[in-house]
Amino acid sequence: MHQYDGGLIREDRHTALSNTVGHPGGHKVRTLESVVIRFAGDSGDGMQVTGDRFTAESAVFGNDLATLPDFPAEIRAPAGTLPGVSAFQVQIAAYDILTPGDEPNVLVAMNPAALRANIADLAKGGTLIVNSDAFDERSLEKAGYVSNPLADRSLSGFRVYEIPMTSLTLKACEPTNAKRRDAERSKNFFALGIISWLYNRPTGTTLDWIVARYGAKPLVVEANTLAFKAGYNFGETAELFDSSYRVPASELGPGEYTNITGNTALAWGLVAASQLSGLRLFLGAYPITPASELLHELAKQKHFGIVTFQAEDEIAGAGAALGASFGGSLGVTTTSGPGIDLMSETIGLAVSLELPLVVVDVQRGGPSTGLPTKTEQSDLLLAMHGRHGEAPVPVVAARTPGHCFAAAIEAARIALKYRTPVFLLSDGYLANGSEPWRVPDVAELPQIGVEFAQHPNHTDDGVSTFWPYLRDPATLARPWAVPGTPGLEHRLGGIEKADGSGDVSYDPDNHDRMVRLRAAKVAGIAKDIPPVEVDDPSGAELLVLGWGSTYGANAAAVKRIRARHGSVAQAHLVHVNPFPANLGEVLGRYRRVLVPENNLGQLAGLIRAQFLVDAVTLSAVRGMPFRIAEVERAISDLLALA
Amino acid sequence: MTDAAAPPTTRKDWASDQEVRWCPGCGDYSILAAMQFLLPELGAKRESTVFVSGIGCAARFPYYMNTYGLHSIHGRAPAIATGLALSRPDLDVWVISGDGDALSIGGNHLIHALRRNVNFTILMFNNEIYGLTKGQFSPTSEVGKVTKSSPFGSLDTPFNPLSVALGAEASFVARTHDLDRKHMMEIFRRAYEHEGSAFVEIYQNCNVFNDGAFEKVSGKEARADMLIPLEHGKPIRFGAEGEHGVVLRRDGTLEIVEVADVGEDALLVHDEARENPGVAFLLSRLARGPFEPTPIGVFRAIARPHYGALLEAQIAEVARQKGGGDLAALLRSGTTWTVA
Repeated sequence: MHQYDGGLIREDRHTALSNTVGHPGGHKVRTLESVVIRFAGDSGDGMQVTGDRFTAESAVFGNDLATLPDFPAEIRAPAGTLPGVSAFQVQIAAYDILTPGDEPNVLVAMNPAALRANIADLAKGGTLIVNSDAFDERSLEKAGYVSNPLADRSLSGFRVYEIPMTSLTLKACEPTNAKRRDAERSKNFFALGIISWLYNRPTGTTLDWIVARYGAKPLVVEANTLAFKAGYNFGETAELFDSSYRVPASELGPGEYTNITGNTALAWGLVAASQLSGLRLFLGAYPITPASELLHELAKQKHFGIVTFQAEDEIAGAGAALGASFGGSLGVTTTSGPGIDLMSETIGLAVSLELPLVVVDVQRGGPSTGLPTKTEQSDLLLAMHGRHGEAPVPVVAARTPGHCFAAAIEAARIALKYRTPVFLLSDGYLANGSEPWRVPDVAELPQIGVEFAQHPNHTDDGVSTFWPYLRDPATLARPWAVPGTPGLEHRLGGIEKADGSGDVSYDPDNHDRMVRLRAAKVAGIAKDIPPVEVDDPSGAELLVLGWGSTYGANAAAVKRIRARHGSVAQAHLVHVNPFPANLGEVLGRYRRVLVPENNLGQLAGLIRAQFLVDAVTLSAVRGMPFRIAEVERAISDLLALA
Repeated sequence: MTDAAAPPTTRKDWASDQEVRWCPGCGDYSILAAMQFLLPELGAKRESTVFVSGIGCAARFPYYMNTYGLHSIHGRAPAIATGLALSRPDLDVWVISGDGDALSIGGNHLIHALRRNVNFTILMFNNEIYGLTKGQFSPTSEVGKVTKSSPFGSLDTPFNPLSVALGAEASFVARTHDLDRKHMMEIFRRAYEHEGSAFVEIYQNCNVFNDGAFEKVSGKEARADMLIPLEHGKPIRFGAEGEHGVVLRRDGTLEIVEVADVGEDALLVHDEARENPGVAFLLSRLARGPFEPTPIGVFRAIARPHYGALLEAQIAEVARQKGGGDLAALLRSGTTWTVA
């Protein structure tokens, strides 16, 4: 693999665009296909903002990109300590990438703790940029260093740039007369300035953003602007770096793009579903990491007529959403695993009432409070089975941040058409990660037709009546008659209902029939979803099967294996319950099936149970997505590749 | 929803075809009858009326009303009804609950619905016992209650439901009892007409597991001397001849007195619209239990904007400022770039 001090050629392309051209400032500019940069600092250092801004600059520049924010659960852990380190990793590329990259080529460490927590990940020979002002004795001690790593030989394997960012920021901010403490807070913009210069990013986006974001505080605008420009100019004039780098714009397909996180995409997908169905969106939710941004984003969209109800707990959030569905709204609740635990009874009620309800689970590390800010895929079986009784619920899983938009529309479509609660699974990685997303034309989005019952549907002794459980023979969905409709008054409840009339029924045969009908209704959705697509150009014997956020790592690993002349197929599930109708046939074509999951093998278990396939699990539950190399290794082990 | 043009309905129109399955002699029958008599009087529309309940004997109520209804899960009716009432301000929403449903498993939802002032009426059938699970003590059972789950007497201090409601910022708080249909209908009517959350405690006899719990105050013989009718703007007095009364003492407590001893002018004049809930709270605790003279009627009824109205106003205001929702614009609200 070619190696540069400022970036590595990643993933499936092993040749560098190493043309070197002159820079207007007299520096050399070298071209890279991709680079992975990680910004790390104290939780109070503004690393998420720094990463976000660099991402925005790169998006506007036209790179493909993927991001991985990684922050502690504590709002402000003790300053300077390892638990307080917050990081943001971004990969930018000149081609289509699928992940934020395995190991950073560049690490920006704002203090000793950030260095210590992240240095093990930095690629061999990678670039390390540190804020040398922060490496005083006390900070070193807090980070657990016995000797200063900048002074000993421990960093000799990296290209280290020691830059006194704090003092340079203070100097740059002198004209503002800001207090030392306030001015010092701009040092993340100084760091951003350096990296922006190093990678030849457009600066206008950031300068405009500073004004838009901090406009109400002119002093902050000025300080951040001065620090950012100072950092940029420092890169240019300090002659520290022998060249800067260019990552050319990516060849994304034509269209209008925006950089989007999974949470924003999911929230917009819900807004779209509301518009496409013509139903009012009612969100009942209780704040929880990492799902709160869904509530925040939808709360901003009141002008769409959206109701966002911040409930007293998740039970009430789901309950209110279900009550709104009874009234004819698109009822949605958004939460993470612990919230789902509390909602189980309400979701079971929704199964019994056969009313639409979209339940969004942005998964995080469990059990219990677990790892609130870290990602995991361990709620699949909770979604499948986490209710008493036979209570089947369709499950839809988003696979990339941008895909959260389409997945939300699909979850709403199924819920509304089949009058059922639907699980929409996202996770912490998708929620906070971002990627360029082609903005769809609203006209190309699928319409979601919803018809409320208007007329009696049954005759009893010559009298017209309404039977709330008289099903559509094709979908097995029951009619949805909303209060306010004269003549269709009816009572729903969690007690078993007589098939058809919906009256309370304790009849054993009726219960047996109703249990099977509810199961058949959900199973029948398989006829109404696309078959699973298989990417298999060479008739492989090994299939990599995934669901949810493993998509990027799986696809990138498969590409790498093919580049090594290995033969491997890939399929990825969006619908996990029911499975696509062709899944059994697809699985039957392969001698081996590998299922990488950020859990201990939940999909693999479902596959084994349903298809008697001896699926191999690749597991990782470190609170982080898979690295491409991990999946690549598992594939190559199974293929016995050299 | 009332509609002057619609043909009048009768009690029969409001009864569903389902067989009523409460125990013979249960107080729930008279509450059901009061409701079925009242709704035609109110001119309410069946299609716009929804009863939402949780779990318990009382929670079967919606099945017996020929309206829209939802028999949900234990304790959650206020939460579910909140979603319905907020999304459908055109409906008349009633929440039917019991002492266990509303104050034990569902206590959290009850207090939050009341503080938000969601526009619905909560009827809490209080029989001071768990009926459907066959006779355990409830959060309103008296200390020392001997039941299957408390063979040596319960140790739990009970809730005073009206004190809880007042403490939760309820804008309408009232009490009635199952032996007086006329009084029930009057209180239900007031609750129905109230804008916002109306909380009504109904003393309801469970003749199987807690028979006679309220006999000492609501029994026919006892009533005159043991029930204190609260009437807005009038001195609080009771007894067959109105010979007893209630005074507010200088130390901030209430006392039952003989009117002849103090004179009518000394009596506390009931003001249900008093902004400060202090006196209503004192009244809610005048009796230590249903064995001492007990106030009934409307304790508190204040005008306070209900949550749904505030919500709709906010949505309308944001829409006015931003213009109606435009999906295409939303999807382009971040920084965008075009690839040719």
